[in-house]
Amino acid sequence: MSKYAFFPGCVSRGGCPELYPAAMQVCRRLGIELEEMVGASCTGAGVLQEKNQFLGDVLNARTFAMAEWMGLPIMTICSTCQGVMSQANKRLTDDPEYLARVNAELAEEYLEYKGTTVVKHLLWIIIEDIGVETLKTHVRNPLTHLKVAPFYGCYILRPSNALGFKDYPGRETSLEELIEAIGGEVVNFSGKSRCCGFPILTINEANSVAMVGKHTSEAADMGADAMVTPCPLCHLNLDGYQPKAMAQSQRKTNLPILHLPQLMGLAMGLDPDELGLQKHIISTGDLVSKAVPA
Amino acid sequence: MDLAVKVRRYDPEAKEPIPYWSEYKVEVDEYTTVLDTLINIREDIDGTLSLRCSCRSAICGSCSMRVNGHAQLACKTRVSEIAPDGGSVTIEPMGNMEVIKDLVVDMTPFWDKVKAVDPWLQPEGPEPEGEYLAPNEDMLHLAGVMGCILCGACVSDCTVLEVDSNFLGPAALAKAYRFVADPRDSQEKPRLDSLRQYSGIWDCTRCMECVQVCPKGVAPMDRIMVMRDLAMNAGFDKEIGARHTDAFVELVSHSGRLDELKLPVKTVGMFNIRAMQSFAPVGLRALVRGKMPPIFHKMLPNVENVRRIFRKLEPKK
Ligand code: SF4
Ligand code: SF4
Ligand code: FES
Repeated sequence: MSKYAFFPGCVSRGGCPELYPAAMQVCRRLGIELEEMVGASCTGAGVLQEKNQFLGDVLNARTFAMAEWMGLPIMTICSTCQGVMSQANKRLTDDPEYLARVNAELAEEYLEYKGTTVVKHLLWIIIEDIGVETLKTHVRNPLTHLKVAPFYGCYILRPSNALGFKDYPGRETSLEELIEAIGGEVVNFSGKSRCCGFPILTINEANSVAMVGKHTSEAADMGADAMVTPCPLCHLNLDGYQPKAMAQSQRKTNLPILHLPQLMGLAMGLDPDELGLQKHIISTGDLVSKAVPA
Repeated sequence: MDLAVKVRRYDPEAKEPIPYWSEYKVEVDEYTTVLDTLINIREDIDGTLSLRCSCRSAICGSCSMRVNGHAQLACKTRVSEIAPDGGSVTIEPMGNMEVIKDLVVDMTPFWDKVKAVDPWLQPEGPEPEGEYLAPNEDMLHLAGVMGCILCGACVSDCTVLEVDSNFLGPAALAKAYRFVADPRDSQEKPRLDSLRQYSGIWDCTRCMECVQVCPKGVAPMDRIMVMRDLAMNAGFDKEIGARHTDAFVELVSHSGRLDELKLPVKTVGMFNIRAMQSFAPVGLRALVRGKMPPIFHKMLPNVENVRRIFRKLEPKK
C-alpha cells in the first residue's frame, strides 16, 4: 500500500469539481492511500510568483514542512500545482541559506522545512510507484476502440531541470505510456506539449481561445476521440472555451476533454456519472458509449 | 553508429513548392553534432540541402533549428545525446518564421522586434570623462541576459507567436529587460510604459518554452515576469494583466485558496460590462452542467497563518 499526503489544489474542488471525486475513486481502486492536507494553501500557480516569488516559496515550504511532519510524500493532481511546487522545492533545496531565510518566516507556526519532501503528480505515481503492470490488472474495460490525444500542460514538462527528468526520463512520455497501458491508441499530435492558453484568458482572450482551437482541431484532424490532460487548468480552457474556439475558427471539433483520472476510471469500469463525465461543457456522451460496451 | 536523419525540405523554385521530407542514412560517432551530420550530408550525399551556420561553437547563433520537435543549436547538440542508440532524428526549420529554403528561415520580423525595443543604452546627464560606471553585482546580473546570441530558438517555440505574430516575443522582451535593468539607463519608466502595451509583457502565457529551449540560459520568461512586477511598481497597474495578478494575490491572501468565481470579476471589474458578458456564456453553460465553482468559497481551516505571512511579505499598499 502506498500512502501520500494529498494536495488537491484549488481547481479540483472549484472550477473542475468533477476531478476530485474521480481521482479519489481511481486511487482507492489502485490501493493508493491518501491523507488530505487540509491546512495547505494555494501554491500561487505562478501568478503570485510574478509579484513575489519569496512569498510563494514561503507558502510552498509551509506545505512541504507539513508533509514532512506527516512523514509522507505529496501527491498532486494538477500539472500547474506540480510544476510550481517542483520549482519551489528546487530553489529551497539548492540553497541552504535561502531555505533558512524561508524557514524564519515559518517559525511562528512552529514549522520548519528540512528539505526532504518529495512531490509527485498522480500520473508519475502510477507509472513510477504503482507500475504499469499493476495498473493493467485493474483494467476491466480496455479502451481498445479509443484514439486518445495526450495534453500535458506546460508546468509538468518545463523547465525540465526542476521536474526530475534526468532521474526519471520516462516522465516526458508518461501520458502516452498510461494511455497505452489502459488499451487506448495514442494520437501523437504536436500540440501535446504546448500551452492551452489558460494563463492569458482574462488578458488576451482571442489568443487564448486561438490556442484551444489550434490544439483541439489538430487532434481532431488526426482522428482523436478524446483528449486527456493531467491539468485541470488546461481542462478549463480546452473544454470550457472550445465552443468559443469553434465559433472563432468556424470548425466543429466537439472534442471531449477528459481529466486523467476520468479516462483511467472508464478503463477500470467505474461509473461514468460518478466520474463526473456529464459535467463537461463538450458532451462526452458519444465517447462514453464508444468506450463502455452496453 | 548508424543513424537515419529525416530533414524537412522546401524549395521555393520547385515546380510545385510544397514542403517534403528527405531521409539520409549516415554514420556518426559519440562526438558528432547535428550540425556536423548535416554538413556531411550536404558535402557527400545531397548538395541541394540548405542550412545556416558559421562558428560551429554555439557563439554566432546562426544554426538554430528544430531537432526532434524542439528548437536548439545544431552545433551544440550531439547526436549521441538525443539518439543514444542510433535510430533516427528529425530536423525541421525553426517555427514561427517563414521558410526561405529547407532549414533557412526569414529572420526579418525577429530583427524588427528586437529593434522595436530601442536596444541601446540611453544614459542621462553630461557624458562622464571616463566610462559610465555600474556596480559589479548589477553587471553580473545583466550578464545573464547579455548572453543572448540572438539565435531565435525561443521565438521559434513561443506558443503565443503561433497564434499572434504581433507579440513582441521572448528574444525582444529579454533584450528590453537588458536595458530596463541597466543602472546606467535613464529610460526605465518610458520603456516599461511602452512594454506594458498590447503585444508586450502581459501577452506572454508563461508556457516556459523559451526558458526550456534557450541555449544560453537567458530565461526570457523570467525576465518578462520581473518586468511585469517593475511595471506594476512603476504605477502601471491598471492593465488587465496587472489587475489579474493583483486580484489573484488578494484572493489567496484572504482565504488561503483561489476563489475562481471572483477572479474574473475582480480582474475585469464588476462594471466592465463587455468583458463580463464575454465570461457569461461559459459561466451559464458551466452552471447548467453543474461545473461552477462553489459559491461559498471555503476558507482554509487555519487561514490566519496564511494571512499573517501575506501581511508581512506582501503588505497592502
Ligand atoms: S513563456 Fe511567454 S515568451 Fe516564453 S515562449 Fe512562452 S509565451 Fe513565449
Ligand atoms: S534568448 Fe536564448 S534562445 Fe532567445 S535568441 Fe537569445 S540566446 Fe537564442
Ligand atoms: S554555428 Fe554558430 S551557433 Fe551554431
